[in-house]
Amino acid sequence: MKATRFNPAPWLFLAPFLGIFCLFTIWPLLRSFILALQQTYGPGTTEWVGLHNFRYLLTDPLFWKAAANTVRFTLGSLLVQLPIALGLALLLNRPGIRGRGFFRLTFFAPSLVGLPFVAMLFAPILEKRTGLINATLHQLFPLWDPEFAWMQEYVMSSLILAALWMYAGFNMVYFLAALQNVSKDLLEAAEIDGANAWQRFRHVTLPEIAPIAGFITLLSVIGSFQMFELSFILLNNSGGPENRGLTIMMYLYQSGFVVGDLGYASAIGWVLALTLMGIALFQRWAARRYEER
Amino acid sequence: MPVKRLLSFLLHALLFFFAALTLIPFVYMLCGALKSKFDFAATVFLPAGDGWFGIGWDRLTLENFTRLFTDLGLPRALHNSLLLASVSSILTVLCCAMGGYALAKHKFRGQNLVMGVVLAALIIPGPLLLAPSFQLLYKLDLLDTYAGLLLPGLAPAFGVFLFRQAMLNSVPNELLEAARMDGAGEFRIFFELVVPIIRPMLGAFLMISFMGMWNNFIGPQIILQSPELHPLSVALNNLKGIYGTDYGLIMAGTLVSIAPVMCLFLLLQKEFISGLTSGAVKG
Repeated sequence: MKATRFNPAPWLFLAPFLGIFCLFTIWPLLRSFILALQQTYGPGTTEWVGLHNFRYLLTDPLFWKAAANTVRFTLGSLLVQLPIALGLALLLNRPGIRGRGFFRLTFFAPSLVGLPFVAMLFAPILEKRTGLINATLHQLFPLWDPEFAWMQEYVMSSLILAALWMYAGFNMVYFLAALQNVSKDLLEAAEIDGANAWQRFRHVTLPEIAPIAGFITLLSVIGSFQMFELSFILLNNSGGPENRGLTIMMYLYQSGFVVGDLGYASAIGWVLALTLMGIALFQRWAARRYEER
Repeated sequence: MPVKRLLSFLLHALLFFFAALTLIPFVYMLCGALKSKFDFAATVFLPAGDGWFGIGWDRLTLENFTRLFTDLGLPRALHNSLLLASVSSILTVLCCAMGGYALAKHKFRGQNLVMGVVLAALIIPGPLLLAPSFQLLYKLDLLDTYAGLLLPGLAPAFGVFLFRQAMLNSVPNELLEAARMDGAGEFRIFFELVVPIIRPMLGAFLMISFMGMWNNFIGPQIILQSPELHPLSVALNNLKGIYGTDYGLIMAGTLVSIAPVMCLFLLLQKEFISGLTSGAVKG
């Protein structure tokens, strides 16, 4: 194509996106570098403090508490949620299962509820005495103490349970899509060669779904690291007893919007962002190594 | 073969067990919404009585809903949520589809730069922008306004990226060339040729954006101070703060909050699931 005169059409199509994107994504991103080196009292007054925010963060026991809680929530979610999601997908993917559409829709339904409303739904479920879990356990096992306080004794387990209910079916849909791409011929060939169900899963299915499984794991980690609503709403806008439910996102919120120090909140944001970027890069590196093998 | 039939029965039983576990919280919420405060504390699901199945049907009440809709200002919050989610989803889809179209089907100077920035922006986690965006909204005097809540979300990088990927292969260049030969304007080509082709993607992304704003909590919690501007998520959490353990009331409010999204999903179900997984399968 020879050099033609300037065609404004693509820029006109891009204009709304680019305008808003530059003002509300790129500009705040650049500002966050500067903000992380400042201390603010509300959004209006700022004071230059250099690297003090990061130095303080390293020795801030609350931040480390929040980080440990977040890692615990993330690991718990992954270890419980993903095997269940994969198991359900494997079950639904078996030939001869009837009512596949019904089951898929049922398992997927909780992910439509939305985190804040899941939190509100689980508040009475986890309640002492009258709550669904305690009342049911007490009826099945009379020795169970109906006064057991889930949201005080087992904060993270309770949050993991709520997240499990919400996301297991969502991840199952992804696993199901991956399983439907596994070559039927390969599975049949393995069966003819005398491979049993476990061997077929281990040596045919698993390698074929590994790339998507890695991707789902990454998305779950990124989502879990940013968990805010479940803690915040279930613990009545606080970190819970001894801050056992405090997550990094909640600490960022409290620092920036309750205390009013947007600078410290930015520093926390940077530590969270760099951690997530590191995890994403590691996942891509691991995935590439796996494929080259 | 009896072994195979037994296995099949067991597998179906297992699926039903998990389906029941999944549905119980929904049933619990529905029952709770229909119970008085007293019955909520006294029974787990439905109150006992001498009606059909030994259930006191006459004890069920709509009082929670009437209280929410008369004294407690839920209609206002419902209206706010509908307004915010509709406006934000329609504008987001328009912004991203047009931007994606320019990047997929036009050649222009600076294209690689724009595409590179969009790709790089995909990995920026939202929380990083929370504090600087708040400061920016303060300086623009947009705190406590809907513009302040809506504008930052209208141009997500992944939206433009998704639409670009979708259009790259599904919209044939020959069709666009032919339309240009016939003298059709660029915007007519976009709205009359391109939009119909990417409709499934459009539907899925509309749904995702709608749910994103509907379920947004931290945004309105930070940006909106006036109670009359609050959407359902924040309004209901504030009610939870005031009425604490009146869970019947909270369950009724939660039911009202999730019903619209559920209905919308059932309408758009096919498009949604295909759109949701189409990006993932390519890996």
